[in-house]
Amino acid sequence: MVKLSSITQRRLLQFKRNRRGYYSSWIFAVLFLFCCFAELIANDKPLIVDYNHSLYFPIVKSYSETAFGGEFETQADYRDPVVAKLINDKGWMLWPPIRYSYQTINYSLSQPAPSPPTLENLLGTDDQGRDVLARLIYGFRISILFGLVLTILGSLVGVTVGAAGGYFGGLFDLLSQRFMEIWSGMPVLFLLIIMSSIITPGFFTLLGLMLLFSWMSLVDVVRAEFLRARNLDYIRAAKALGVSTPVIMFRHALPNAMVSTISLMPFVLAGSVTTLTGLDFLGFGLPPGSPSLGELLSQGKNNLQAPWLGITAFLSLAVILSLLTFIGESVRDAFDPRKIFKG
Amino acid sequence: MNLLEVKNLSVDFKNGAHVTHAVKNVSFTIEKGEILAIVGESGSGKSVTALSVLQLLPYPIAQHPSGSIKFNGEELMNAPDAVLRGIRGNKIAMIFQEPMTSLNPLHTIEKQIAEVLFIHKRMAPENARARVIELLNLVGLEKLTTRLKAFPHELSGGQRQRVMIAMALANEPDLLIADEPTTAVDVTVQAQLLKLLKDLQKKTGMAVMLITHDLSIVRKMADRVAVMYHGELVEYEKTEKLFTAPAHTYTKILLAAQPSGTPQPFDTKTPAIFHADNLKVYFPIKAGVFRRTVDYVRAVDGIDINIRPGQTVGVVGESGSGKTTLGLALLRLIQSTGGIRFNGQPIDGMAANDIRPLRKEMQIVFQDPYGSLSPRLSIAQIIEEGLLVHFPALTVAERDKRVVDVLKEVGLDPETRNRYPHEFSGGQRQRVAIARAMVLKPKFVILDEPTSALDMSVQAQIIDLLRNLQQKHNLAYMFISHDLRVIKAISHEVIVMKNGKVVESGPTQQIFSQPQQDYTKTLIAAALNIEVVNG
Repeated sequence: MVKLSSITQRRLLQFKRNRRGYYSSWIFAVLFLFCCFAELIANDKPLIVDYNHSLYFPIVKSYSETAFGGEFETQADYRDPVVAKLINDKGWMLWPPIRYSYQTINYSLSQPAPSPPTLENLLGTDDQGRDVLARLIYGFRISILFGLVLTILGSLVGVTVGAAGGYFGGLFDLLSQRFMEIWSGMPVLFLLIIMSSIITPGFFTLLGLMLLFSWMSLVDVVRAEFLRARNLDYIRAAKALGVSTPVIMFRHALPNAMVSTISLMPFVLAGSVTTLTGLDFLGFGLPPGSPSLGELLSQGKNNLQAPWLGITAFLSLAVILSLLTFIGESVRDAFDPRKIFKG
Repeated sequence: MNLLEVKNLSVDFKNGAHVTHAVKNVSFTIEKGEILAIVGESGSGKSVTALSVLQLLPYPIAQHPSGSIKFNGEELMNAPDAVLRGIRGNKIAMIFQEPMTSLNPLHTIEKQIAEVLFIHKRMAPENARARVIELLNLVGLEKLTTRLKAFPHELSGGQRQRVMIAMALANEPDLLIADEPTTAVDVTVQAQLLKLLKDLQKKTGMAVMLITHDLSIVRKMADRVAVMYHGELVEYEKTEKLFTAPAHTYTKILLAAQPSGTPQPFDTKTPAIFHADNLKVYFPIKAGVFRRTVDYVRAVDGIDINIRPGQTVGVVGESGSGKTTLGLALLRLIQSTGGIRFNGQPIDGMAANDIRPLRKEMQIVFQDPYGSLSPRLSIAQIIEEGLLVHFPALTVAERDKRVVDVLKEVGLDPETRNRYPHEFSGGQRQRVAIARAMVLKPKFVILDEPTSALDMSVQAQIIDLLRNLQQKHNLAYMFISHDLRVIKAISHEVIVMKNGKVVESGPTQQIFSQPQQDYTKTLIAAALNIEVVNG
């Protein structure tokens, strides 16, 4: 295991000392890990099927109904009572805890969709009869994944631009700063709406579009750190040793900038999640049918008579954003040298 | 009666479960009109002792497990805030080390000095202004009496420190605590400030508690001396007696720790390895809408230098004289004009990539051992960085061996090479910085104030180390310093710089015994004897 330097240990200790942030990060980690395995938790296919003394894994492989003695060549619908009976007669099925995927429609609702919470659908169904809990789990995953990828890619671009601007200064710095001032003046939401009416938005096209505007949040802090770092004695010493410029930037200057970058990241992540939710709410986000928190919110707005939709969406968003903000706060405090020495 | 009586003073600092005993059972007294010097190296607890007199420590992180501080018979330890406020800045005043940060940059000097008068004397504004002018005259800032609206950034370091003194004297305190008042200013300014303090002390009859690490200041100023070591008061004696017959071992070490000795002789016939001819570094001053260059800051203005193997050329000058810029320009770390030759090869105008192979033969050691080592790399990583660039063919084991060898050479334990810089003391870090330069086996090393940030006893060790390395490897040094005592101990030749130009240059002996220029005379008198020469 890598031995942590004592300053890192001290920061970790400081992070742990902030109870709210520390527990928030655990809750967030557990939730995220849980949702990463969404297919094993909420799915309309059983995990394992034992039929005629041989094992089938419908989650990873698709089997036709004929494999279980049915009549159709199409993929088996395990929720169909006929198919279920065929299998249960000659073996057993192991179901995930929630027997709905994000797009599974519950046709056996006792009342018109959206239906209120029941034992079968713990958070009720949406206006198309789909299980809200299943959609929430998938939606949470896609929101966080989207936010994470956007944050990481955006940070990479932002750190690179900020580092180059701060370290080299001069014309490149001047031009990149002016460009950013103009670029950040763009009406981002409207541009995204216009773009998404031209291109059919998918996960990656949307990511690319939003990346165009989200890389700027870290440039300023990184630029400032590099501007300061280039006159430090140890950078000068490295220059005097003949170390090449990219190595100096990466090995000596970057670690300084990482402190401020890492402290900002949870907030950038929270911002990315919010933006995606906003776009989905307006209907310009992820393709129709994909599970998302924004889409659930807009269903809640359209079906005020079904409060479980709005309340679920609101509560889950509130929890995610609060957790991220708490984590961000305590990370920021942990990296703050003035707080380290406080008793 | 004693003005100040400190008995069994102890100070602890609590950081979580960790307790640092900063001051342990210290007792001393100050009489009316007396100058007591508290001497010690960094971390010896001298500043903490001074701050606890005014109860200015960061309580409750700082605690006093024992002790009493009586001022004019009144107990100050754990006294209520109202009592302390009546004493702070009124009966006991304090001046701090750093003139750059101890004045509020947003207030005019008049406002800063008058503030104390308003608070303690409730003086009317007209009277306060008259008193401010009086005080400025007192501290020798006659020029400023017409510029009361000046802001701190418009003043020089020495002037700011004088403003601080004026603030401290505003209410005619009985005791002045001066915490390293001259550490951050140039030697000539230091001499003037100390003379001013001494004069003022005579004139007003106040007592002074002078905190310093510089024994020559103590000798010049103090009536009595308290020597502190690791939070303990090890010797407390009349100045004369302490200097003639030191009793404690640590005092003896401190007294013997002055940089001494003379440089080793070298072969004067070998041709110069490093040569600079009419070197100039100009920074343009731009003005107007089109940012046209209207003038230049002439940081280095036509300097010639010749350094032979085994020779040390000392460059002396006050801050702003361009000596550090000269060093950076010689190594082609900043733009310059004029010829530079290394080993007979012209390196001015050489492209950065062509000069890289030569960098292993010319190295630099910086002033601040805390700033010149990257805090995120281990000692071994720091030292082997140059090897990775210049000897990429070395195997891991060979590289490690060279690192171990060079660490032994500079007197560090090779076992510590996987530790990080913050685990080392200032002197050890400076050894690491020297090792980083030496591992490449250079022929020419620029030493940019390598001892200025270190304690006196460590300074002497580093000078010895540098001299030994020079003799062993026949190195050429350019030694940049403002400290003439250090220069005297290591340089064969001295160049005195002022405003980017050479004032005087020649063999060390000659410069020190028969300085020709007035500036050199002033500098030498101020540095070696702390005397002000009017010239």
